[in-house]
Amino acid sequence: MKAPRFAYARPASTAEALALLEEHGDDARVLAGGQSLVPILNFRLAAPKVLVDINRIAALSGIKVTRNHIRIGALTRHAELERSADIARHLPIVAAAMPHIAHPAIRNRGTFGGSCALGDPAAELPACAIALGATFIVAGMKGERRIPAQDFFKGLYATALKAGELLVAAEFPLPKPGYASAFGELARRHGDYAMVGVAAHGSTQGKKFSDMRVVFFGVADRPQRAAQLERALDSQPAAAKAIAAALAGLDADLSPRADLHGSAATKLHLAKVLAARVLKTMEGVVA
Amino acid sequence: MNAPSETIEVSLTVNGERVKRSVPARLNLADFLRNELELTGTHVGCEHGVCGACTVRVDGEIVRGCLMFAAQADGCKVDTIEGLSDSREIEELQSAFVLTNALQCGFCTPGVLMAAQALLRDEPNPSRERIREYLSGNYCRCTGYQAIVDAIEAVARARHARGGR
Repeated sequence: MKAPRFAYARPASTAEALALLEEHGDDARVLAGGQSLVPILNFRLAAPKVLVDINRIAALSGIKVTRNHIRIGALTRHAELERSADIARHLPIVAAAMPHIAHPAIRNRGTFGGSCALGDPAAELPACAIALGATFIVAGMKGERRIPAQDFFKGLYATALKAGELLVAAEFPLPKPGYASAFGELARRHGDYAMVGVAAHGSTQGKKFSDMRVVFFGVADRPQRAAQLERALDSQPAAAKAIAAALAGLDADLSPRADLHGSAATKLHLAKVLAARVLKTMEGVVA
Repeated sequence: MNAPSETIEVSLTVNGERVKRSVPARLNLADFLRNELELTGTHVGCEHGVCGACTVRVDGEIVRGCLMFAAQADGCKVDTIEGLSDSREIEELQSAFVLTNALQCGFCTPGVLMAAQALLRDEPNPSRERIREYLSGNYCRCTGYQAIVDAIEAVARARHARGGR
């Protein structure tokens, strides 16, 4: 189908975008890459009166490495993340996630911020943001506020963004020495949303796991940290056997619901199999 | 800043020609190309970004024509299958598609050619697996893909053998 009627505005600055969002309130939606929003409109799942197109706001785009952080502007396209040497070097799981996100033509338009602000529970980047301890930077008429990724995702397509606010960037801490990360997902077809996926980050220094963050996606209404698993891995040898032992208790962390991809039991099984594979690929883990 | 409007003036370059139109904000780029400019080589399949039939180039990069509004292409350089064909940019690919029978009904073919050309521009000598991966966003219901991969591979290998392009 075609999108319903709407009025279109193309602000040139964040201030203009915020003014439009303030003026139109719940009647307005932000149009970033449009790779999810336009299908939503075409399916008539939403019919905003106003679309605020932020694609020409240059300040929202780009990747910047500072002393302690790497900042990704909300409008940065997936294709830019995919090609970025800084991302490959500092946030390798974000680079690893890219080929799983749809297809090249979609990645040329889809944006980092759009993916996070949509809050799809099967999306890759929200899980990576939580695993890597990112902080989202959100602008509103009263100024900016910072929200840890851990607290940003509130449920199915629900985030901590309030009416009138715009996600402008995310700040990722540069990984500390001895830290490693890993990413993987299972999908029926290349580019589909994940049946189950996992993003992991933590220390494998001294051949032991510590400070682990293991985040599953596609198994709950939001990306989900596996707290029991993280505790079970803590101080254990960074080795396949310890991973298998820790994963035995994954039922305590995840209670996936049956969906089009399979039963609850299937999804839990796949989560265990995938996590075992993925954690073994972390640098510093021995077979 | 202009106030939100349901009608937008756009000025863009399509296949090298300047185009100015007044368009409804809700009009997607693929429908604009087909209905306003009568460039019907860009096909409209699923209208939600899955099938790839509407693939066009905007400022040099392939995008889904159905997931972008014409209003957003204001000031952009758009290339369609007609442009790539007329400029002979995809001549080798077109010949290879005919030789290997890489199309039957032809509905997906313009989008497949746009994607294939983008792949060979960025990665001149991709493996078969890479070709399949790159083309995974373009659905073909006739060929079973084998011949499409054969055609793209043949062009890549021929160009490689000649030393680059």
